[in-house]
Amino acid sequence: MLQRAEPPNHETPPPRAPELVCPAGSLRALKLAVDAGADAVYLGLRNATNARNFAGLNFDDAQLREGIAYARARGRQVLMALNTYAEASQVDTWEQAVDTAAALGADALIVADIAVMAYARDKHPGLPLHLSVQASATSHEAIAFHQRHFGIRRAVLPRVLTLSQVASVIAHGTVDIEVFGFGSLCVMVEGRCALSSFATGQSPNNAGVCSPPSAVRWVDSADAVEARLNGLLIDRYAPGEPRGYPTLCKGRFEVDGARDYALEEPTSLNTLAVLPDLVRMGVRAIKIEGRQRSPSYVEQVTRVWRQAIDAAVADGRRYRVDPAWTSTLAHLSEGQHHTLGAYDRPWR
Amino acid sequence: MTSDAAAAGTFELTVGPVQYYWPRADLMDFYAGVAESSAATVVLGEVVCARRHEMKTADWLALARDLHACGKEVVLATQTLIESESDLRVLRRIAEQSEFWVEAGDASALNVLTEMKRPFVLGPHINVYNREALRQYLRMGACRWIAPIELPLATVGIVNDGGSAAATEVFAYGRMPLAMSARCFTARHHRLSKDACEFRCRDDADGLLLSTSDGRPFLALNGVQTQSAAIQCLISNRAALVAAGVSRLRLSPASTGFLEVIEAFQHVMNRAGDATEALAALQALTPSIDLVNGFALARPGIDWSAAG
Repeated sequence: MLQRAEPPNHETPPPRAPELVCPAGSLRALKLAVDAGADAVYLGLRNATNARNFAGLNFDDAQLREGIAYARARGRQVLMALNTYAEASQVDTWEQAVDTAAALGADALIVADIAVMAYARDKHPGLPLHLSVQASATSHEAIAFHQRHFGIRRAVLPRVLTLSQVASVIAHGTVDIEVFGFGSLCVMVEGRCALSSFATGQSPNNAGVCSPPSAVRWVDSADAVEARLNGLLIDRYAPGEPRGYPTLCKGRFEVDGARDYALEEPTSLNTLAVLPDLVRMGVRAIKIEGRQRSPSYVEQVTRVWRQAIDAAVADGRRYRVDPAWTSTLAHLSEGQHHTLGAYDRPWR
Repeated sequence: MTSDAAAAGTFELTVGPVQYYWPRADLMDFYAGVAESSAATVVLGEVVCARRHEMKTADWLALARDLHACGKEVVLATQTLIESESDLRVLRRIAEQSEFWVEAGDASALNVLTEMKRPFVLGPHINVYNREALRQYLRMGACRWIAPIELPLATVGIVNDGGSAAATEVFAYGRMPLAMSARCFTARHHRLSKDACEFRCRDDADGLLLSTSDGRPFLALNGVQTQSAAIQCLISNRAALVAAGVSRLRLSPASTGFLEVIEAFQHVMNRAGDATEALAALQALTPSIDLVNGFALARPGIDWSAAG
C-alpha cells in the first residue's frame, strides 16, 4: 500500500477520501495504475460490450484473471465496464460478459443498459452495479430510478453538470457519486449522442466507439492536410499546424460564413483545481478517463492524482495545485489546453 | 408482411414536439393548422431548453385541451436534459397532471412517472436497444415506444417482436436530434454566454446550419441540441416500416410546408399513394436540404438509399 498523509487533527471528522478510479486498457496499464496508487481500475473485454472497443485494447479472460489477482493482492478493486447497449440480436454476448465478470471476481460492473442491469441483478445479486456515464443520469431522480429498479450502488455523472449541480445530486440521493477528474472531454451528454453514427454508422451506444479510426482518412494536398471522417471534412490543417484526432465534435466547421470550432475546442478536462470542493461535497470516487492511452500515461496521471487526492483530504484549505502536477499532466496531454469543463462553466 | 392487418397497415401520424424556439404567435398558427390536419397525435412541450419561456406549462396544457377538443390525442413531453431542481419542478408538474399521457424525455421522468404508477410513453432519448430493455419498461408502465434515432428498422422489429410487444413509433420526417449538451452552441456562435443568450435561437426557425469547411451541409445548431442538417424522410420505406411492426410515424415540425408533409405521409402510408411522387414533392419543399434515411437501413444516418 502507498504511504498516505496523516489526516489533520480537526474537531470534525476528516472528509472521506474519494477513491481514485483509473483506466486500464491493458494488463500492463492495470499493474502500473495499481502500483502508482489507484484505489480501483476499470477495464473492459475485447468486444463491443464496452465503450472503448478499439483494436489492441482490453482484456481476454486470462488477462482479466491475472489483473484481478494483481489488484486484489494489493487491496485494490477491479471494475468491469459493460457500458454499451446490448445489440438486439446478440444480447447473450452482454449476458456472458456479466457471467464472466461474476465468475472471475470483478468488484463491480459499470453498466448503462437496463437489460444488462436486470440480468446482473437477477443472476448475480451480490455483484455491485455502478451506473455508467453512458446511462446519461444527470439528476438525482434519474439516479434514483436505476437504484429503485436495479439496485445500482454508484453512479458516474455525465460531464455536463456544474459543481453546484453535482453537490445537489449528492445531497438529494443515497447512491455514491463518481465524477470525471481528468482526460478527454465529451461536450455532449454521454449515452445520448448519435453524431458518430450519423457520420459513420458507428457510435458509442451501438458499437462502443466514437469517430472510429476505420472511418478516418488523412488527405494531403498542396497547402493543407485534411482530416476526413467517412468522407466528411472534419478539419483542415495548415503545414506545421498541430493536428488532432478528428473527433467529430472537435472539428472546425462553418456557421454563417465563419469557420471555427463550432461545438468544442480540442481541450481536455482537468479538475485538480477544484479537488477540495469535490472532496468536501462528498464525491465518492474520481475517475480518470483514458483506457485508450498508453500504460505510461496511466501510470503518470495516476501518480499525480494520488498525490493530489491525499493532499486535498489531508487539508483542503491549504491545498494548492502543485506546479509539478500541472506540468506532468500538460506534457501528457500533448500541449492540449486544460479546462474545468462544465464544472465551472466559463461559457455559462 | 406478417398478417393481413399489417399488410393493410395503417399508420397513426404523430406531430412531434417543436424542437425550436418559435415566437408564440407562430407556434399558435402552426398548431391551428395541425388541428385541421390528418395527424392523430400531437406531442407538446419544450423539450430542448429551460430558458425558452414563451410558453409556460399552463400554456401548454391550455393548448393541449384545445387540440384535444379538435379530436387530437395529445401527449405532453418532458425536457430531454434535466440538470437542475427547477427542471425537476417543471417535470413534476407535467407528470402530476392526469389529463394527458406523458412522454418521458429522460430517466428523471421515468422515476417520477413510475413512482406515481402512471402509464407513460418512452421518448426517443430513452435508450432501448433490445427486447429485454423494452420488456423492463413495459412492466413499469410504458404504453408506447419511440425508437432511438440510430436504431435500424430491422432492429426495431427484433426489439418489439414485430410490433406485438408495444405500439412502436419511429422518427419518419425532420431534422434529427443527434446530441444534447449543457452548452449552448447557438449562443457560442454569437459569442454570448448561455445565461445572457438574448434568445438568439429564436432567429433560426429550423436551426442554424453548420457546414463542413468544403461546404457540405452537415449539422444544424439548435441551442443546446445538435441536429442533422439533412432531413430524415422514410416516405419511401413503407414496406420496411410494416415489416418492423411500426404502427406510428413521428413527423418533426418544420417552419414551412409542414402541413404538406403531414398530408404527403397520410397519402402514401394510409391511402396507398405513390411514394415516388410524394418524395419528389417533399424534396421540392426544401430543395437545398438533403433527404436521408440511412439510420433506418443500418447505414450512416447521413446516407440516402433509394432501396426501400
